[in-house]
Amino acid sequence: MNPVEILIQYWPRLFDGLLMTLQLTVLGALIAALVSPGFALIRVHASPMAQAPLRLYVSFMRGTPILAQLFLIFYGSGQFRPFLQDWGLWSFFRDPFNCALLAFALNSTAYQTEILRGGIMGVPRGEIEAAKAIGMSRIKSLYRVVFPHAYRIAWPALGNEVILLMKASALASVVTVFDVMGRTRQVFSKTFDFSVYLWAALIYLCITAIFVLLWRQAERRLSRHIYAPYKAQSTAQSLKETRA
Amino acid sequence: MFELLSYGDAGWGDEILRGLAITVQLAIVTLPVGLLLGFLATFASMSKFLPLRSLGFGYTTIMRGLPEILTLFVVYNGVGLLMNAVLRWWAPDAPPTDFSPFAAGVVALGMVFGAFAGEVLRGAFQSLDNGQVESGRAIGMTDRQIFLRIQLPQLWRFALPGLGNLWINMLKDTALVSVIALDDLMRMTKVAVGVTKQPFTFYLLACLIYWAMCVLSELVLAKMEHRANRGILRA
Repeated sequence: MNPVEILIQYWPRLFDGLLMTLQLTVLGALIAALVSPGFALIRVHASPMAQAPLRLYVSFMRGTPILAQLFLIFYGSGQFRPFLQDWGLWSFFRDPFNCALLAFALNSTAYQTEILRGGIMGVPRGEIEAAKAIGMSRIKSLYRVVFPHAYRIAWPALGNEVILLMKASALASVVTVFDVMGRTRQVFSKTFDFSVYLWAALIYLCITAIFVLLWRQAERRLSRHIYAPYKAQSTAQSLKETRA
Repeated sequence: MFELLSYGDAGWGDEILRGLAITVQLAIVTLPVGLLLGFLATFASMSKFLPLRSLGFGYTTIMRGLPEILTLFVVYNGVGLLMNAVLRWWAPDAPPTDFSPFAAGVVALGMVFGAFAGEVLRGAFQSLDNGQVESGRAIGMTDRQIFLRIQLPQLWRFALPGLGNLWINMLKDTALVSVIALDDLMRMTKVAVGVTKQPFTFYLLACLIYWAMCVLSELVLAKMEHRANRGILRA
């Protein structure tokens, strides 16, 4: 079979896989994005003793393969089956999708926490002092001053992390989740036609390319007030010219 | 529990250590392959010849956008199919051969490492002080001498942090070869789990071993960075 025939015959499966990959990536990244700001604040402000567990967690997540983390959660939970059944959690851990999602969310939380920590530490002191000077409470200065700027600093790195997570989501295929990689392996084991791998590669590259474009648009929007002064300057200059 | 990890017939200590040896071998063999590909990618993407430049750009961009496990499968299955096709054409009677998973691991991980290393090295080249190259030229050094005596020794200093991260990533990515049936640490763990029915214990052990390797690598890299920067005054 030629590559086009393979695509025509199997595209519904690959499309299913695409939806699964997107679901894993988006959900994993979102869960991590909800948890990581709190963790990042602890990493910046808490006492070293209070930070210790978090540092250990981040170091563990960064120092072990995601595949091992995934196996630890998916297969490892089996060792505690009676206990988990008592707590009614077994139905959660039995499903490979849940385990993959949990592993990716935990992993991404560690990376996003470190990225956001860098962003928060990059906010100039003067801005925080200014917020204090005009009487903002600590909470208010956090979400009006610190986080908006921290996210602007961290934005490109966060985008990289989401792409890494998307690539890592292909590992879910090893625990029988049918994402793009899982569907591809399924089709390959049926047809032994190599071209299906090339289509999978194309799908992954397209996801990355589209994501990079969207992320850049968002970045431009986040920092639109930085680009604004140039326009103001040029109007000011043209005003001067008309007066003269 | 410690009986399970003991050395010998009763425990799994020796099997897991053998797996660890394969993992370490794989990482150490892959490193020079990846570095070589990285240098080739850098030279290609800095070349004055447009097709070569696009080749370098295409290689680094595509490889960095693909999941490592997909690359591994493409190499493992693709080269396997190719080898058998060539074999059939060369000697129709010969039995089909398998591409060794170890070689597939080295090629695939090396290609991934090379793509990222290409970007790291290009960045390092660009952060070199251009005046030094010019002064090298002014005292009559050839391009080769400039590269070997001025650029390469300093390249190390700029590239080391990035390459160190890549090394750690690659060390972790070696776990993927367990999926194509190479008996590395991850796969030996899986075998032990299959017999002992203690998945959490053994996968946690595997995680701890990987963790220890990464922390050790970080320590060594910090030392190397310190040494690479010994000639530089700190502000």
